[in-house]
Amino acid sequence: MVSSKPPVLSAASLTKTYQMGDVEVRALQDVDAKLCEGEFLVLLGASGSGKSTLLNILGGLDTATSGQVHFRDTDLSYASDYELTQYRRKHVGFVFQFYNLIPSLTARENVALVTEIADDPLDPAEALDLVGLGKRVDHFPAQLSGGEQQRVAIARAVAKRPSILLCDEPTGALDFQTGLIVLQVIERINRELGAATAVITHNAPIAAMADRVITLADGRVTSDVVNASRKAPEELSW
Amino acid sequence: MTPLHTKLLRDLNSLKGQVLTIALVVACGIASYVTMRSTWSSLYESKDTYFERYRFADLFVSLKRAPESLVPSMESIPGVSRVYSRVVKVATVPLPELTEVARAYLVSIPNDGEPALNGLYLRSGRMPRRGTDTEAVVVESFANAHGLVAGDSIPVVMNGKKRDIRLVGVGLSPEYVFLGGMGDFVPDDKQIAALWMRRDVLAPAFDMDGAFNDVALALQPGADVKAVMRQLDLVLEPYGGLGTIPRDKQISNFLLDGELSQLEQMATVVPIIFLAVAAFLLNVVLSRLILLQRQQIAALKALGYTTGQVTTHYLQLAFVIVLLGSLMGLAFGAWMGGGLTAIYADYFRFPTLVFRVSARVAIVGVGVSILAAGAGAIASVMQVTSLSPAEAMRPAAPARYKRGLLDRLGLSWLFGVSAMMVMREMRRRPIRLALSSVGIAAAVGIMVVGRFGTDSMTNLIDVIFHKEQRGDVTVAFLQPQAIGVEHELELLPGVLDAEGLRAVPVRLRSGPRWRESAISGMPTRARLRGLIDRNGVEATLPAKGLVMSAKLAEILAVKVGDVVEAEVREGKRPVLLLPVAALIDDSFGLQAYMNIDDLHRRLHQELSISLVQLKVDPTQLDSLRRRLKRMPAIAQVTVKTVVVQRFKSQSAETMQVMTLLLSFFGAVIAIGVVYNNARVALSMRARDLASLRVLGFSQREVSGILLGELAIQMVIGIPLGLLLGTYWCQALMNINDPETYRFALYVSSESYAFATLVALGAAVVSALLVRRKLSRQDLIEVLKTRE
Repeated sequence: MVSSKPPVLSAASLTKTYQMGDVEVRALQDVDAKLCEGEFLVLLGASGSGKSTLLNILGGLDTATSGQVHFRDTDLSYASDYELTQYRRKHVGFVFQFYNLIPSLTARENVALVTEIADDPLDPAEALDLVGLGKRVDHFPAQLSGGEQQRVAIARAVAKRPSILLCDEPTGALDFQTGLIVLQVIERINRELGAATAVITHNAPIAAMADRVITLADGRVTSDVVNASRKAPEELSW
Repeated sequence: MTPLHTKLLRDLNSLKGQVLTIALVVACGIASYVTMRSTWSSLYESKDTYFERYRFADLFVSLKRAPESLVPSMESIPGVSRVYSRVVKVATVPLPELTEVARAYLVSIPNDGEPALNGLYLRSGRMPRRGTDTEAVVVESFANAHGLVAGDSIPVVMNGKKRDIRLVGVGLSPEYVFLGGMGDFVPDDKQIAALWMRRDVLAPAFDMDGAFNDVALALQPGADVKAVMRQLDLVLEPYGGLGTIPRDKQISNFLLDGELSQLEQMATVVPIIFLAVAAFLLNVVLSRLILLQRQQIAALKALGYTTGQVTTHYLQLAFVIVLLGSLMGLAFGAWMGGGLTAIYADYFRFPTLVFRVSARVAIVGVGVSILAAGAGAIASVMQVTSLSPAEAMRPAAPARYKRGLLDRLGLSWLFGVSAMMVMREMRRRPIRLALSSVGIAAAVGIMVVGRFGTDSMTNLIDVIFHKEQRGDVTVAFLQPQAIGVEHELELLPGVLDAEGLRAVPVRLRSGPRWRESAISGMPTRARLRGLIDRNGVEATLPAKGLVMSAKLAEILAVKVGDVVEAEVREGKRPVLLLPVAALIDDSFGLQAYMNIDDLHRRLHQELSISLVQLKVDPTQLDSLRRRLKRMPAIAQVTVKTVVVQRFKSQSAETMQVMTLLLSFFGAVIAIGVVYNNARVALSMRARDLASLRVLGFSQREVSGILLGELAIQMVIGIPLGLLLGTYWCQALMNINDPETYRFALYVSSESYAFATLVALGAAVVSALLVRRKLSRQDLIEVLKTRE
């Protein structure tokens, strides 16, 4: 069982509160979660359930109002902006729903943006090969389809050989076929590079390809289930 | 090249319209600063160098006649370092081609060697030689005005005898940078000369052997100027000393300082305003440009770039723009400054006038721009990075709009959806609206300020030559003439009206306070001379007592009803006790007026006249001038149109060049700001506008929303800018030496119109460009992209 491996990330009693005008929004309430080495985790939940907030805190993009986050032996709970930056730079690969590519840079240059500052990166072309875009390296984001842009974003995320790959609704903006390709790429990265992978989705069928599935609702973890077996992406349908 | 450098270059390329206009704003700020400031400092430094190298004296005294043996007693006054006695006389130069007789100062130079003070710079030719009694060096302004060169001869009437004087050299002296008396509002190079002749030639011609009638002194550093002046007056009093004149009141230097200080206003304060406005706009525009990349900044942070790295990246963007602008600004400023200085070189007669851009000026100009750009860039990046990357990467949450007054009154339907969107946007971002409007206001304001020089010049001409001096020709006599002479002149063909005045040079004193002035004696209801206050209102001259400039009364600390002493500086030099009858809050100088009858009664003199103002039929002006030239009692004839013309071509020419430059810079800045405001607004609202298009709004309606915002900014910004410009002009007025100029603030309606029209023009052009950009937008693309 994969989940018997040691956790690479662990969170305990996380709470996150936002002030939205006069209203206090509790995005996370007392959440415990972990991500183990090499594991493929799916965070499932409806929109507004707090899954993006959890992922952002795990990835060092945001800080919790209270609770602890550990990356291996490092406590990230009270990390400074600089320490969080170093954590993201060295260990975390992000894939966002809307890709967040720099529009003025080509596919290769968007990947190079990361390899430039990483310690032992892949070659940008190699990373793009990995996602099947070896022939489109010199295209600008505007010249690529949504699926292709997302694959550039994945190449960018994995080029640093991250310990953790965090994907926030990677297929959310894509049609089924394209989404499938993106999921295959993520699954392959998880398998071949061994990066602990967490994928956020509101799309329940995708959970079948995970080692483990955490479900959130209203800012709380409602279930944390280990799948008996993982399905291949191509076996999925939604 | 790192990917961030690649991004920098691509961003610069895709923003080239904005990069160029922002760089132009920077360039104009720096160029106006460098042009004006360097021109002024070049003039100022050239003057200082000139005065030092040619030993311009500290004190000047004219007297009747004193023996040369008096020199040691002046040298022994504590604080005096050098005494240079000489003979200075006035002669007439009846050049045949002149309608009026020219006058010349004949100035002695030592028989051997250089003048100890007020040295002579030879532009060409040589100094007069021993053994010749007809050689002279002529001042360059007169030589140029008449095309005279070394070797030419001119007739000079010396002590009643006409001699042909051979000009052997053309020269300059620090005491005659501007030639002419205080009475001449504008010196006329053709009408007045300075001729330097050997003392062994000049003295005998005026029976001044072994004597002097003029002395220049240099002071030791730290000398008590006032004490020296008092001592000197005591020493020279028995010899007809006319009172010591310090360097700053020496006529040429006084005029020169006046010119320089007027230039200083335009050349130092105005460009600082320009530079500051450009810096402010640079800051605002650049920070908005960077805020547009909010999501990219957040993405870079998410990928592991530090805040420092991201900040550096955007600072590079800012600095490339500033660098581009600085290079353009410095190059253009140096070029324009060289040209402007060349124009001044014709006017300020210095031996050398070298234009140079000082490193300090360049550093300040570029430094201010860099700071402004850097601060703008850093503030924007900080604003984004202060959010967590997760939050910054999301599109900004739907803005919180509020229902306004019209909604609450249920009147919003009156304006339609587009107008409501415009109004709510304004309500939601009041600071943004305020900054945009202030930016436009600043640009409009500097255009008003840029034209200030020409405006005040026009006003000055109007007040002095149209409201105060209503005659066309002023005739000055060598000696006061018996009353009735004005009626003789009135009989000359072409003269429509004539009015006599009596001017008496005085030193007005009240206790220890005193000032040099002249009392103008005139009829109580003068037809051709007005007493005009700062607001253009005419005052009446009382039948008795003295009327003086309110400023003069303030300096003397006297009020209406007090008595002042008037030390008359001519004739038997009596001291009169004159009651102050009224004060006039006038526009320039320290003036004093009296009823002509009252003045003579107190002088115990028969009525006399020293000046006559004539109203003349313009068609007969030329023949009248020829007739007046033949009258021996007349010292000088001044034709108003000629003076105004000369004034316009001298002072006004340089002022117009400056005005033109500043208006141009102001206009470019205005266009840069308005265009960038509109472009940034377009980028920020592209998605909203595209959504509306998708919903079926027409191109027109959508651009109406965007341009409606621009229109509101203009509606607020333009009047605010006119106010701001007026306020700046007022601040400039206050820099004037109040003893010289106290004009009421005057901004012409043309200037207001110019500033308004340029701003509106910039708005229309920007609107068209933005509309074109809007019409080319791919709706689907805009809706798909989130950045």
